[in-house]
Amino acid sequence: MIWQFDIIILGFLLIAAILALRETDLLSATMIFGVYSFLMCLLWAEMAAVDVAFTEAAVGAGASTVFLISTIYNTKRKSSD
Amino acid sequence: MTITEFVVSRLNYWIYVILMMIGLFAMISKKNLIKKLIGMSIFQTAIILFYVSMGVKEESNIPILEHNIAHASDHAEASDHGQVEEIRAENYANPLPHVLMLTAIVVGVATLGVGLAVVQKIHQEFGTIEEPEILAKIKSGHG
Amino acid sequence: MKTLGAIAVIITGALLLYASEDFPAWGDPHSPASQYRVSQHYILKTFEETSVPNMVTAILADYRGYDTLFETVVIFTAGIAIIAILRGPIDKRVRLRLASEKKLRESNLILAQTCRLLVPIIQLFALYVIAHGHHSPGGGFQGGVIFGGSLILLAISFQLQTALDRVSEKKAILLAGVGVLIYSGIGLVCLLLGGNFLDYSILHNLLQVDPITARSHGILGVEIGVAFTVASIMFAIYANLSSRGRMKGGL
Repeated sequence: MIWQFDIIILGFLLIAAILALRETDLLSATMIFGVYSFLMCLLWAEMAAVDVAFTEAAVGAGASTVFLISTIYNTKRKSSD
Repeated sequence: MTITEFVVSRLNYWIYVILMMIGLFAMISKKNLIKKLIGMSIFQTAIILFYVSMGVKEESNIPILEHNIAHASDHAEASDHGQVEEIRAENYANPLPHVLMLTAIVVGVATLGVGLAVVQKIHQEFGTIEEPEILAKIKSGHG
Repeated sequence: MKTLGAIAVIITGALLLYASEDFPAWGDPHSPASQYRVSQHYILKTFEETSVPNMVTAILADYRGYDTLFETVVIFTAGIAIIAILRGPIDKRVRLRLASEKKLRESNLILAQTCRLLVPIIQLFALYVIAHGHHSPGGGFQGGVIFGGSLILLAISFQLQTALDRVSEKKAILLAGVGVLIYSGIGLVCLLLGGNFLDYSILHNLLQVDPITARSHGILGVEIGVAFTVASIMFAIYANLSSRGRMKGGL
């Protein structure tokens, strides 16, 4: 555990979470959410939870982004807020 | 305890709580259903982050034994140098929260899939995924 | 609604921030969670009792086997639920709108050929992750998701039909059921041999090894079951979500 590294990633996480929810284009929001998941994966690798980080890299940054995109493809891309 | 030490030992918890608040606020106030689901995922990762952080120990290693430590007894018999490197609990991160959260992540993506399927069904029925429009269509008896 | 939500969120957050004063310092090796005897036992005794160096894998599939069994069942149920939600009679309005959608797109030559080369490598890596979970990060859940991801890549780079020709939806659900059956079957074999449910050390007579190695082999069998379920359910979820449950067209 390296606390400087930890605090930098936590700062980026907050930015990514707020941007993902403020973006009105849902496809961009999904991409920023993928970035959020990947930062989370880095944070867990830093906390020595390698198995959790591996799962998050495969599931959060991979599978859930694809699921969100396929739903946006079948519904609407613009969001009102 | 100086103020810097206090902030360093507490800042992580504060940021987990703020992330959780962001997710919860998005679930309550966003009108778009997909935005609500993204908020739900942020909420969920904040909780998982809190659990994983319970297993963190300063100066600790990942919870996988190295080969020479795991087979320390075999080497000791072979080389006979007397010093057997034994496993010490404070050298390894606590593996129990990792296990509990690992399954939670995979189950989380499966439930996200169910949520997205419901969103698609709503879009098929009402032609929109914005909450006020859906409520207006239900009130006017359409769909 | 927005102000009301903000008030509720701020009250919840303020309570949690207040409660965080009582938490142990972040990264403290002497926190109660780390000092409790269960965690200590897992760290100190896992290798001795199961001969698996990766503690997370050993706890996941052996000490907390019940937990993982029912997590696997939850994933299986989620896959079934998605099919139940999306599959159903489509009324006339929707059918008209669907008919006016654009035709299937052509797949890009360079993209398709690159993915054709990449898919077997990804699948090989997934098998490695499943089988090598004892010694490195990985295991059934991660390997399963990567394997499912390779099928999703095939469906994205070509067409959904290309992937469905390899693994049809019926086959995927069948394989998911097989995964749960492998997991609970191993538990049942333990029960039939006279041990407890999911107590793999009783398998040593069957496998002709000592009881500690038998636990390691039992963990591998269970991980394979988990991987079957996760891989096929991930692909089934993608196939249903991208084509609105019609298994035609799609992303």
